[in-house]
Amino acid sequence: MKKNTEAAKTDFWGETARRRVRYTLVFVFLLAAFFVIIVLNINTGNVHISVGQILRIIFLREGTATEVNIIWKIRLPRIIMSAILGGALSLSGFLLQTFFENPIAGPFVLGISSGAKMVVALAMIFLMQRFQIVSSYVLIIAAFIGALISIGFVLLFSRRIRNMGTLLVSGIMIGYICTAITDFVITFAADSDIVNLHNWSKGSFSGMSWSNVQVAAIVVGVTFVVCFMLAKPIGAYQLGEAYAQSMGVNIKVFRVLLIIISSLFAATVTAFAGPISFVGIAVPFLVKHALNTSKPLIVIPATFLGGAVFCMICDLIARTVFSPTELTISTVTSVFGAPIVIFMMLSRRRGR
Amino acid sequence: MDNAYLALDHLSVGYNKVPVIEDINLRIKKGEVIALIGPNGAGKSTILKTIVRDLEPVSGTVHLEGKPIKDYSYKELSRKMAVILTERIKVELMTCRDIVATGRYPYTGRLGILTKADEQKVYDALETVDAVALSERDFNAISDGQKQRILLARAICQEPEIILLDEPTSFLDVRHKLELLSILTRMARKKNITVITSLHEIDLAEKVADRIVTVKGRDVFGFGTPEEIFDEERIRKLYDIDNGFFDPMFGSIELQKPVGEEPRLFILAGNGSGIPVYRELQQKNIPFATGILFTNDVDYRLARLLAAEVIEEKPFGSISDESFERAKELILSCEKVIDAGCEYGESNGRMKELLEMAEKEGKLLNADAVSEMKAEER
Repeated sequence: MKKNTEAAKTDFWGETARRRVRYTLVFVFLLAAFFVIIVLNINTGNVHISVGQILRIIFLREGTATEVNIIWKIRLPRIIMSAILGGALSLSGFLLQTFFENPIAGPFVLGISSGAKMVVALAMIFLMQRFQIVSSYVLIIAAFIGALISIGFVLLFSRRIRNMGTLLVSGIMIGYICTAITDFVITFAADSDIVNLHNWSKGSFSGMSWSNVQVAAIVVGVTFVVCFMLAKPIGAYQLGEAYAQSMGVNIKVFRVLLIIISSLFAATVTAFAGPISFVGIAVPFLVKHALNTSKPLIVIPATFLGGAVFCMICDLIARTVFSPTELTISTVTSVFGAPIVIFMMLSRRRGR
Repeated sequence: MDNAYLALDHLSVGYNKVPVIEDINLRIKKGEVIALIGPNGAGKSTILKTIVRDLEPVSGTVHLEGKPIKDYSYKELSRKMAVILTERIKVELMTCRDIVATGRYPYTGRLGILTKADEQKVYDALETVDAVALSERDFNAISDGQKQRILLARAICQEPEIILLDEPTSFLDVRHKLELLSILTRMARKKNITVITSLHEIDLAEKVADRIVTVKGRDVFGFGTPEEIFDEERIRKLYDIDNGFFDPMFGSIELQKPVGEEPRLFILAGNGSGIPVYRELQQKNIPFATGILFTNDVDYRLARLLAAEVIEEKPFGSISDESFERAKELILSCEKVIDAGCEYGESNGRMKELLEMAEKEGKLLNADAVSEMKAEER
């Protein structure tokens, strides 16, 4: 008996070390993937640029004018943007899954992306006619309002019926309604707006400028810091509301914060890249299982990194596979994301 | 305020301002084990939820150490109060130690990183509930009994002064019920922790609690020691039992006695030999009389609840003529007489005479014969 407890004791302390090793490995892998994809993404395309040339262009700003332009004006902002927005989208999914205690919740499924898209489309058409240009911040605010409208409805339904299926169905329905309104508005918009809107409303990382990147980096950066600081109460919340409160979490304040943060993430993504499906569900799932934990302190940064890598890969595929024709980003994320989600649901069923 | 650790004053609890129970007044001392008993839906959980601030009181106050509970911040309260709730925890990818570690929440820093000392406390808590071996198991993959032990470890890890539990034994088998409650009471004694728990098992409540609260509307609301609370009448009223009986001495619950005024069988029993026979006859719904039992005989405890008639004698005496005559009458009036197989000594020697008489009447059967009898319809 004594021997038994001794063994358990070493196991108990050994496990702490074993976990650290696993976390480190996952982070090292994600970081390595991150840099490989960046290089790959910069040098592939209609114009192939070698790695050495890339480094020289980025760090020394030497090279032919076209190559400098391609890298600095087109590929670099686009790739950074897909990293930032991919991370934001995945985290939004993770937060919504925590909030609704539902592993297939996400900004797209719950209609939040569509709500954001609807208000952005309205704002674009309305403002374009008057001022010709719309600032990125205005678009984010519009998207945020749209996201809150959608989530407000989802919350209303989820209060009445506490059921996983109903929640998702109501989210999907809200998504359809918003999409219908958006399509309606686009149909009757002026021709000049349509070109703009049409591209964007399908979801794409193309045409990003450095000023876009700057705004997205600020908004997502600040939100990420707030989110990371909330890792502790999010962990408590995973046990359920009542337990979280008994551990000292002010539930009312916390719930509002969680909604605002996840909406902000989703809104920023939608404002710049339009609605993107499945990333918010697939990435958190993959990351949590790679880490073998759902501890928010670890999962939050890993999910962000994982989302960035995932979206950069998808964007690379979107713009190169059928080049010069570009696929929408959602086409690619769906191809990879949907099977993961199906696998996830199957493995959960089996677990029961 | 007096020296009560937890005080409920004119507290009305309920949902959406509609009271379920009104005007609750309780004074609970530090280190006491309190059990809330009462039928389903009576409001036990409502009271617990109000104490843990999950529900706003409809009116009245809850004081903890003389300070109104609403004046505590959630953080302050979490260092004093831990809970184990009925709702099932849905988590993913969390091992038992992760669950227990969440109990350290009120003590960890901004990001909730566990120090070595915290980890040690997690280990100690697991050891207290004898669950170190479970520490790396997935919480979803363990049994209900193990889950409750892990949740108890979590509560212990929170180092509270008071633990509130909502029906902690509901999904457990007998062994795990006993295990959980014994850990709980041991801890209450050792660390002077106040325990308030709702329980379905009134027999366990009687054995575990220092004081008992009976919850059912306003009328049957009682608060007192088990001896004060557990009389047959009160328990029957509390649960609206009219087809069964409760023995406060052992906390056991019996089904209704066989119907029919006239006993068909007469059981000669004593010294525990009667109990299996009584139970079988109850199940078969055959009315019976039994005797001659001394009131300190274990058979007597059950006989008084199940038999149509019991011939009884005071303890440590001998059998009186009066009882003896009544027994003879019963031998004549009953269809059969069952010899339950009791041994007879000095004080109940006259039982032998009754056996001989039954034999002579041709009515004597042994206890095995009961199992071949046909059940009567109710």
